[in-house]
Amino acid sequence: MESKDLRTVIEEVLKEMNLNPGAEGAGSAADSVSSAVKEAVGASRGDACQLVIPNKGVSLEPSVVEDGELPDITKIDLRTQYLVENPVNREAYAEQKAAAPCRLGIGKAGARYKTLPQLEFRAAHSAAQDAVFNDVDEEFIKSQGLFIVQTECDSKDTYLTRPDLGRKLSPEAVETIKEKCKKNPTVQIYVADGLSSAAVAANIPDLLPAIMQGLQSYHIETGTPFFVKYGRVAVEDEISELVGADVVCTLIGERPGLITATSMSAYIAYKATVGMPEARRTVVSNIHSAGTNPAEAGAHIAEIIKIMLEKKASGTDLKL
Amino acid sequence: MRQEIKSIGIDIGTSTTQLVFSRLVIENVAGSYTVPRVSIVDKEVIYRSKIYFTPLRSSSEIDADKIKEIVRSEYQAAGMKPEDLSTGAVIITGETARKKNANEVLEALSDMAGDFVVATAGPDLESVLAARGAGADAISEENRTTVANLDIGGGTTNIAVYEKGALKGTCCLDIGGRLIKVENGKISYIFHKTADLAAAHGIRIAVGDPADPDRLMEICRIMADELATALRLAPADEEHRSLYTNDGKMLREDIGVRAVTYSGGVADCIYQEDESDLFRYGDIGVLLGKAVRENQTIAGLVRYQAKETIRATVVGAGTHSTDVSGSTIRYDKSKLPLKNVPVLKISEDDETDFDTFSQAIATQLPLFYTEGRMEQVAIAFSGKGWTGFQQIQKLASAIIKGAREVIESGYPLIVVAECDIGKALGNALNIQLDFKKPVICIDGIRAAGGDYIDIGEPLAGGTVVPVVNKTLVFNS
Repeated sequence: MESKDLRTVIEEVLKEMNLNPGAEGAGSAADSVSSAVKEAVGASRGDACQLVIPNKGVSLEPSVVEDGELPDITKIDLRTQYLVENPVNREAYAEQKAAAPCRLGIGKAGARYKTLPQLEFRAAHSAAQDAVFNDVDEEFIKSQGLFIVQTECDSKDTYLTRPDLGRKLSPEAVETIKEKCKKNPTVQIYVADGLSSAAVAANIPDLLPAIMQGLQSYHIETGTPFFVKYGRVAVEDEISELVGADVVCTLIGERPGLITATSMSAYIAYKATVGMPEARRTVVSNIHSAGTNPAEAGAHIAEIIKIMLEKKASGTDLKL
Repeated sequence: MRQEIKSIGIDIGTSTTQLVFSRLVIENVAGSYTVPRVSIVDKEVIYRSKIYFTPLRSSSEIDADKIKEIVRSEYQAAGMKPEDLSTGAVIITGETARKKNANEVLEALSDMAGDFVVATAGPDLESVLAARGAGADAISEENRTTVANLDIGGGTTNIAVYEKGALKGTCCLDIGGRLIKVENGKISYIFHKTADLAAAHGIRIAVGDPADPDRLMEICRIMADELATALRLAPADEEHRSLYTNDGKMLREDIGVRAVTYSGGVADCIYQEDESDLFRYGDIGVLLGKAVRENQTIAGLVRYQAKETIRATVVGAGTHSTDVSGSTIRYDKSKLPLKNVPVLKISEDDETDFDTFSQAIATQLPLFYTEGRMEQVAIAFSGKGWTGFQQIQKLASAIIKGAREVIESGYPLIVVAECDIGKALGNALNIQLDFKKPVICIDGIRAAGGDYIDIGEPLAGGTVVPVVNKTLVFNS
């Protein structure tokens, strides 16, 4: 429970008991409750360094600061982790688990999770949050030969709360693209952070060159690739119109889950225009090391683009 | 994207010749928004021929003309034409494969049954096809156990062991129902190894002796004991080792067989008790069936009913010999189909480094020369660990460097990877070779050195190619 919520609950209770901790004449009962709140809130915040001694006569050893490293719990393979004690058939369960990285067979402590699975769950949740909230390293983007432009979002907060702004390029971005990009390319490819910066870092070094090489192998001309910060899928429509591409393809980080935070998708459209129906996009999803191998996915995307150009259609209009 | 293809299986065995037509359904099983994954989703036998005695010209020659006639009449009966079929296999099995004109027969049939039909022989493959036709692989997977299929035919017993759906080993012994033949109450034929086996146990029989059921039963009991030994249920002696076909190997000692299925002509004599006329087939098949059924050692195993018995091998040949490649591959369509391509395998050790990778190709290529001339060859490897874009580029360079001779020859460059890198690698090869060389680069196929593969014409809108892997050696 969040510390704020805890405080609210206790204050509610006190109100019902007709005891206002701040009010005059509330008496010693109110004082003791409010100090309990302080303690509980402090402890749950994790910033209470002093030990609370529960009973008189219990002496506690001072904490020892160790200088070691904790094992990285995110490295545990969910497919092989099996924590059920005294299983009827461990082997059979292990075989099922090997098929998918689900949180199955992780045991329990009474009605609750065991400590390790609980920590793993929170670690996965943190990785997902990091993937959304962190920015892609600018040095990394440059190392991939990409320049950076931004949508009308000025921060992650705006990006997350105003999807409409994530679909529109900033005026500076429009200028930069006009200045740096090849005009009227057959295919315009660009990368966007979307909802996972981690996906960009994990896949682009394999995915982007594989698409480029695939297109080269079909003798299809490509435009100048770049990176869009705070970009949502539909900003590809504006980019397509701006550069005058026949096919536009965005490589964008997928909303992370608790299994992987590095999954990427490609949204590809033929003659995309601002305001066109979403059904006109063809998508290839689940590109990551444990899904579709990024290099092979890139080669596949190149072929989809080739078919798109031949059939002059995309999305539901295109039967692959 | 659902496509049906038709397949033929022809099995010319020691005693019987059969043919089946099957329907294979291939479909993309991946979701709409992901990279396709095309698989064979359904297999169904749509026509079963009559069971013919294999026509022989003499004891060592198959009558190719009569076989052709059989096949032609069955095509008519089924209402099939060679052009209706996309894939299939002709296999000459058991003792018959050792007949001197086996190759001539295969050639005669391949011409008649269409381009795509492949000719195969070899006891390991036969064991696998029989077991799959019998359903031992599926039974082992469903019941999470280890199942041995014993395909007891006229001349040989082919054993294949499946553990939870995966092949664990094969072997082949000279034990069968027609190794002793009986005519008019007299023994008319004895296979030399069978005579030796009987003699080693103090039983003397000779051609012309009266067919004494008790004495022949004794020999069949010995054969059944040898089968139990072959399943590693009893220790093997030197005599036992001599029973393997072509000096083949035994199953691994720790194979852990827990259940059995039976196929082949003798299987029905095991599953059904019918001892009304012991020599109704003119051989010891009925007695051998009874001996296997009554064997106390084998009785310790769970016995499952096979899906097919006498037709297991031909059904296996018709439905299980074809596989499909991975769904992201790169190929030059004008070069397909390819037939009987020998496999040059890069060992996992040589694969760890790009230099040894190149060398392994270069040093093995001369092994595939015929009369000093370069022959068509497929370069196969796992590709594990080389799935990144840069690594794939280096892999392509290593292949080009090692396979210079292939590139300078008139044959296409054929590359077969296990890992899902076929399309990316194919692109890299095309670019590095400046599109001057036809490239066939497929994945999702595991091939071993010494194998021969056929790569058929593309299916499922060009997403996959059918692949038939003809010689499977798993016992090593």
